[in-house]
Amino acid sequence: MSHLLREHAPITEESWARIDEEARERLTPALAARKLVDFAGPRGWQHSATNLGRIAAIDAPFAGVSAAQRRVLPLVELRAPFSVSRAELADADRGAADTDFDDLDKAAHALAMAENASVFHGFAASGIVGIAEASPHKPIPLGKDCDRYARHVAKAIELLLAAGIDGPYGLALGPAAHELVLESSEHGGWLLLDHLRKILGGPLVWAPGVEGAVVLSLRGGDFLFESGEDISVGYRSHDADEVSLYLEQSFSFRVATPEAAVALTP
Amino acid sequence: MPTDQYHEPPNELSDEVRTFARLCTSLTEEAEAIGWYQQRLALETDREARAIMADAQGEEFKHFCMDLEFLLRRVPLWREIAQGILFQEGDIVEHGEAAEEAAVEGAAARGATESGSSLGLGSLKGAAS
Repeated sequence: MSHLLREHAPITEESWARIDEEARERLTPALAARKLVDFAGPRGWQHSATNLGRIAAIDAPFAGVSAAQRRVLPLVELRAPFSVSRAELADADRGAADTDFDDLDKAAHALAMAENASVFHGFAASGIVGIAEASPHKPIPLGKDCDRYARHVAKAIELLLAAGIDGPYGLALGPAAHELVLESSEHGGWLLLDHLRKILGGPLVWAPGVEGAVVLSLRGGDFLFESGEDISVGYRSHDADEVSLYLEQSFSFRVATPEAAVALTP
Repeated sequence: MPTDQYHEPPNELSDEVRTFARLCTSLTEEAEAIGWYQQRLALETDREARAIMADAQGEEFKHFCMDLEFLLRRVPLWREIAQGILFQEGDIVEHGEAAEEAAVEGAAARGATESGSSLGLGSLKGAAS
């Protein structure tokens, strides 16, 4: 039995499949970082740290012997709890197609936001340095004037090229900036989306959890996400009315080439 | 440009999977070439021609090994099984059975192959527009 204890939940196989599918459907559009950075793993739940290939000198209390300690980046565990009504699950088992998974949807969004925010803006307590905060390039103010977005993105790409960073490039757009781009599309400005994609040579991604936007190289080897346990649904407890579950994952993230990204601030 | 190396619609595959498929095809081609040179060398009597063929086959050995190493680096389970078989003295089949069993059990213990626990999301590169 895995540590997720799914076997202990009063949930049928069919309902587990529906819960997993609902989680997948909600997570996939929101997991922006996985669409832009290198993903390694999953290495499994017992994988605890990422090898950094570096050492730190430490004092050795032994005559004629020196010592060094390996440096690692510990994986962080993220967990987002949610509950499902047992009556809803029973209806789903009867064939109901409109099961209420609102709480699961909120948890999935929260977990995706946390993953994106960790990758793009960092998570100090876990030791993760984000792409935007690691970048040595001066951030470019994005502003609210959509007409200037293409110019800002082009400027960011110029900075990357000047630093010797090849494309293709991707754009992670925070929800506010993404909404502005879409609104511009509604007013006949669909060319902006097309224009941005052409400049980038890569995707433009809706990135909840990101403030402003980030332009980054997709050439590979610059931004490294290592998954321990990939996102899974586990069981916590239940009573007569509800089943308490959670979404969980473990991962580390590190920036190998800080100059391979440019932040665009709101 | 032929796309025979793809078994599924290429536009539905991620960049990583397409690259993986290309290297699998390349590995196959290198193995074929090694076999062809082996046959030519078995029949060729001209010493100079044999030297050229032997040199060319050496290139194919190198290409095959580079392709294989690339693929093994991307599939830890494959690598783990390969480590139990390659460069080992003794019975190849026994090593194969033992390596497969140990690697699969190890992966299951780590939770890496537990179907039904992970949502199987992994990398989403290629899923963005």
